Amino acid sequence: MNLRRDVFQAIADPTRRAILLLVASQTMTAGAIAANFDTARPTVSKHLQILTECELLGQEQNGREIYYHLNAKNMKQVADFIEPFRQMWDDRFNKLETIMKNYKSK
Amino acid sequence: MELKTKINAEDGKQDLVITREFDLPIELLFKAYAEAEIVEQWMETKVLKLESKKHGSYQYETTDPKGNKHRFSGVIHEFIPKQRIIKTFEMEGTPFGVQLEVYEFEKLTEDTCKLNMHVVYESVAQRDQVLQLPFAQGINMAHNRIQEIIGKLK
Repeated sequence: MNLRRDVFQAIADPTRRAILLLVASQTMTAGAIAANFDTARPTVSKHLQILTECELLGQEQNGREIYYHLNAKNMKQVADFIEPFRQMWDDRFNKLETIMKNYKSK
Repeated sequence: MELKTKINAEDGKQDLVITREFDLPIELLFKAYAEAEIVEQWMETKVLKLESKKHGSYQYETTDPKGNKHRFSGVIHEFIPKQRIIKTFEMEGTPFGVQLEVYEFEKLTEDTCKLNMHVVYESVAQRDQVLQLPFAQGINMAHNRIQEIIGKLK
């Protein structure tokens, strides 16, 4: 079985979130991405590897260069990052609504 | 399906907006925020103090499943029935800081209303940390569930 890295673990890191924002606007090579950070190139490579493993980034070979692009389909999971927080409030408000409907009928 | 509760938390900002429409007259929604005994029911907390007025303050205490007590408190800056509440909120003894909450109550029809809750945190990092709180709980719950299932397999 191929255990994929956790998407949420991937976006927990600020550098990786910044990388995702960068490639969201255009496909980029590892070098071009690394040029945006003060961190050492191997560190950026490691981040790219993690993002690729959890399929948030896709790779495309173009001549000698590998270009990275955002995998929009899997970014939906990231959008759901806020979902547990929303769910918590939704549960709370549902409860409020039920309780107050009883008040109304009283 | 349209979600009843919506959260708008833009990337890189230190605030968020929670909106919700209720099948309740605005009087009842406001009452749920103003009266201690009702707050206790839907927030599932003990209300130690709730002074629903301008310059009033409040303090809640909840007991987690392990029996630990957690206190939440703040001061009320504005309290206009059926319109607006502005208050601060903090989880006592935690590094999450103080947040400012602006509640706008809006009447839609005789039997429906809307709540707009604007929450401002001290920093972007702090907001993101708070957002991840229930998420961390969810993960723990999932882990417990996995352990439960694996336990049965043994």
